[in-house]
Amino acid sequence: MAFRFPSDEWIQELSRQLNESNSYEQSAKDWEGDFIFVIAPDGSFAETAYLFLGLKHGKSTGAGLLSSIDEKPAEYRISAPYSTWRKVIDGDLDPIQGMMMRKLKLEGNLMKIMRYPKAAKEIVTCCASVPTEWPKG
Amino acid sequence: MWTFSSPRIVFGEDALDTLSEISGKKALIVTDAGVVSLGLLEPIIQRLARRRIRCEIFDDVTPDPAVPTIEQGVAKALNVEPDWVVGVGGGSAMDAAKAIWVLYERTDLAAADINPFIDLGLRRKARLITIPTTSGTGSEATWMIVLTDPADGRKLGLGNRECVADLAIVDPAMAMGMPPQLTADTGLDALAHAIEGYTCTWRSDLTDGLCAHAAAEVFEHLPRAIADGSNVDARTRMHNAATTAGLGFGNAFASLAHAMGHAIGAVHHLPHGRAVGLCLPFTLEFVAQTAPERLGRLARLAGLTTHEGGSGAQVLVNAIRHLAGGIGNPLSLSDAGIEQDAFEASLETMVGMAENDTQIITAARSVSSGELRLLFESAYDGRSVSF
Repeated sequence: MAFRFPSDEWIQELSRQLNESNSYEQSAKDWEGDFIFVIAPDGSFAETAYLFLGLKHGKSTGAGLLSSIDEKPAEYRISAPYSTWRKVIDGDLDPIQGMMMRKLKLEGNLMKIMRYPKAAKEIVTCCASVPTEWPKG
Repeated sequence: MWTFSSPRIVFGEDALDTLSEISGKKALIVTDAGVVSLGLLEPIIQRLARRRIRCEIFDDVTPDPAVPTIEQGVAKALNVEPDWVVGVGGGSAMDAAKAIWVLYERTDLAAADINPFIDLGLRRKARLITIPTTSGTGSEATWMIVLTDPADGRKLGLGNRECVADLAIVDPAMAMGMPPQLTADTGLDALAHAIEGYTCTWRSDLTDGLCAHAAAEVFEHLPRAIADGSNVDARTRMHNAATTAGLGFGNAFASLAHAMGHAIGAVHHLPHGRAVGLCLPFTLEFVAQTAPERLGRLARLAGLTTHEGGSGAQVLVNAIRHLAGGIGNPLSLSDAGIEQDAFEASLETMVGMAENDTQIITAARSVSSGELRLLFESAYDGRSVSF
């Protein structure tokens, strides 16, 4: 079964996969900090979507599609146009390279996140593992 | 989309004379006491004096510089108010110069804030010159900064594209006095940069040629530079190879051997190049289990074999061990003098450090905590990796 991106089901599947990942659990065992992924509109996607991902001590504590960016507090926000997210999830864009090239905008305590590079990579690996269905442009 | 950053590089015999062409008022030279005692600052100060540039010296940089050292250097910079910061030395001195320069420009930041995801807006107060006195670090050509966190001794991988020097002066005369062991350690660091830059996941068409050429040069000229340190050609080729490798991996990244080497250096205080060079054959064997193609291609490009694929990868690994053994460097952590008890007591700490080292994200093969543990154990025993 494929999960439409972005959707409540998609981010919940990512949360489920993270909770099954020993690699993620190991690499993020001390991590505390929730994320909101902001999917900005572009030619293929007309709206703005906000996906919440709760993360604490190597586990995902919850996930969901938010109605607005203020619905839940989160320590980090990563924002990018829809087509950029698609490249990340398809494995065509390394998100850290994307952030260095300002294709993805990261807001939050960067000093802290730089100490958990493997956890960040494991999240991306899990993203790529979610069977994803893309809306028709 | 990716990008390529480079300083203006002046290299070869008399490259230092470029200093006689720059303009400014005050320079802060960031270096260590060893460089000062070798008299390596004199030709720099003389040339800057011809341009009426007054020099102040901060020579408190220690190996693997810790954040408080950087803060002392920033205080000096704020007092001196230089319009040039000049890093002279090995990787520690040049990385310290970069960090001091950034924090002199941006007094609102802490060292740990220097990351690649922000705009720093540098070059409002000063510009940066890097002058390597060893042939290995490549720091003269990269935007990366490695410091030590005094809280836990961990290496902090910092940096930003804006941290690339305005001018890198790669004059072989500055490296002629290196003793054989330092030549060997730093030379293996250059080799690790070349090979990891070629094989990591951030490699690109613009970095492959630099890395492959640098690897070939190190294989050929490092033994010559060690056998006869007065051999100007061998020294020059190694000095250039180190900068070439720096350009290559600085625009790609390093990888597993650096992640492990940083941890070993932080815990057991092995020199950086020795630790990284020692780990390299083991991490390449690990990568070759699933992705031997690029290793084999590099072996061919470096002139080690006419074959590619798995057999070429093994040729590359064998060649590294042959080179390291031939120049007298240890092939295992045990041979490097780390006691078994100390190794076992530190193993989990090193696994944790390596796992959260920034260099691990570009490994051509993902590595789990258990695999990292096995890699450290293999490196300790000098046992080839077959998992």
